[in-house]
Amino acid sequence: MKIVAIALNTFKECIRDRILYNLLIFAVLIIGLSAVLSTLTFGEQVRIIINIGLAAINIFGVMMAIFLGIGLVYKEIDRRTIYTILSKPIKRYEFLIGKFFGLLITLVLNLAVMTAGLVGVVYLTGWVINVLLFKAVFLIFMEFVLITSIAMLFSCFSTPTLSAIFTLSFYVIGHLTEDIKFFGSKADSLFAKKLSSLIYYALPNLENFNIKGFVVYGSGVDNSFILFSTLYGILYSAMLIVISILIFQKRDFK
Amino acid sequence: MIKTKSLTKVFKVGFRGRKVTALEGLDLEVKKGEIFGFLGPNGAGKTTTIKILMGLIYPTRGDAWIMGSPLGDVSVKRRLGFLPENPYFYDYLKGEEFLHFYAQLIKMPKRDRKAKIKDILSLVGLKGAGDLQLRRYSKGMTQRIGIAQALLSDPELVIFDEPMSGLDPVGRKEVRDVILKLRDEGKTVFFSTHILPDVEMVCDRVGILVKGRLRSVGNIEELLGGHIKSIEITARGISESVLKEMEPLVERVIKRDESLLLSVEKEEDAEKVVDIIQSSGGRLYSLIPQRPSLEEYFMKEAGKR
Ligand SMILES: Nc1ncnc2c1ncn2[C@@H]1O[C@H](COP(=O)(O)OP(=O)(O)OP(=O)(O)O)[C@@H](O)[C@H]1O
Ligand SMILES: [Mg+2]
Repeated sequence: MKIVAIALNTFKECIRDRILYNLLIFAVLIIGLSAVLSTLTFGEQVRIIINIGLAAINIFGVMMAIFLGIGLVYKEIDRRTIYTILSKPIKRYEFLIGKFFGLLITLVLNLAVMTAGLVGVVYLTGWVINVLLFKAVFLIFMEFVLITSIAMLFSCFSTPTLSAIFTLSFYVIGHLTEDIKFFGSKADSLFAKKLSSLIYYALPNLENFNIKGFVVYGSGVDNSFILFSTLYGILYSAMLIVISILIFQKRDFK
Repeated sequence: MIKTKSLTKVFKVGFRGRKVTALEGLDLEVKKGEIFGFLGPNGAGKTTTIKILMGLIYPTRGDAWIMGSPLGDVSVKRRLGFLPENPYFYDYLKGEEFLHFYAQLIKMPKRDRKAKIKDILSLVGLKGAGDLQLRRYSKGMTQRIGIAQALLSDPELVIFDEPMSGLDPVGRKEVRDVILKLRDEGKTVFFSTHILPDVEMVCDRVGILVKGRLRSVGNIEELLGGHIKSIEITARGISESVLKEMEPLVERVIKRDESLLLSVEKEEDAEKVVDIIQSSGGRLYSLIPQRPSLEEYFMKEAGKR
């Protein structure tokens, strides 16, 4: 119950953030624009809309996760709101988990709005909505979960600016791990080989959450892949949250 | 209720980790039902002590217990209220919403919440401010809502870090009244402050912290030594010659219209002065023994090396 109360309060705080609305408006605008843009081409219309739409949902959602996530814990310490919260019978990890889920609620809601926008536009162009679209959106959400955990981890010990840079780097590298591994295997130096495999195995492979291409071309995606990606996202996030808790548990609030 | 054993906190500051000892070997005990004033100049380590007690920072060395439980035991916080220094709360919440949120955190039964919150708002003088956003609160109002959240669970022990700061004289009196009310209910209050007259009015015992070390601790009467600093005598109808006679006994003479204000150091001298006044036909108006104030004692202790 206490965790729920903290999560709901975090949600209240998040939806007051102007950044959130700016990102949401932009995302919906771009989805709308994709419909206009698609009329310039023949045949490919829906593909363009879905391509652009899913990409917009993905990128703007990740930005929401990053910009709200980096302040999630930092702001509480900086503004000292955490002092009285922790003077109540609440364990530090309960607080952290509450904050995490509070942001997730916010992201789910925004994801729903953006997806509704996309579905609406697709529907208006007269295309039958494919369940694959929702599978793609679900995996995008799993990516949000992971990005939120990364941002929150950094938020536990670092300033928002640094946390933003770190989390963005994770996001970018996370989508390139396959390439990094490929180039590493071609490299001559042993160091480069080791480094690339270290990156490949240590950093999350965010391509696991990307099935946008399949939606566009209508080809099927194995449910086992979706299951794998979901488990991968949950386990990876759980690990990051445990690390956050360990750091948060030890630190002084000054 | 509170016990600390050689509590020490060393902060590392800056890039090179320069060490600052904020608190050194604090041994302190606060008993049940006591109002304990925790005094000390700026930077003495009061807030540091309180933050350790509240589990917000970890001590470098030493131990502490709150109501018998070691630091880090969260369950004890059910019976504990805390007001931090310069408190700040979620400013997008309204006063009442804020207290409802905190009531959930202490698992107050839903049916009790409304009445309890109403009571507490009027106790801290915020009646009518319940549906105002906290961002619109003045400094004094924020301090009051901070006290309200501390008292929400009817705690047995209350820890306040500078509860009177930012309050006007009326507000300060109200906080003193809240503290006295808590004492009447048998609660224990531990608070830090700079405002010494308030301490003299409400505290059973005080501790004076200077540069991270406890300088002295005890009953105010005991600390001030119970001795008299001087005796102030007011009299009228004293002629110049009589005054001359008293001069060797008197420390200081102030003439005010008709009356004379005589300051005498020793009790025996005061008796002699009174004799002289009365035998010379003068009128004695008042005789007031002057104790050193806590303020003077504090200055002396804080100034010591
Ligand atoms: N987070 C911190 N990092 C480094 N030094 C600190 C930190 N917090 C406190 N200090 C130092 O510890 C000492 C004690 O500070 P503290 O805040 O406990 O004093 P205080 O008695 O509460 O003072 P005040 O009456 O001004 O509130 C000061 O020298 C302060 O500079
Ligand atoms: Mg202080």
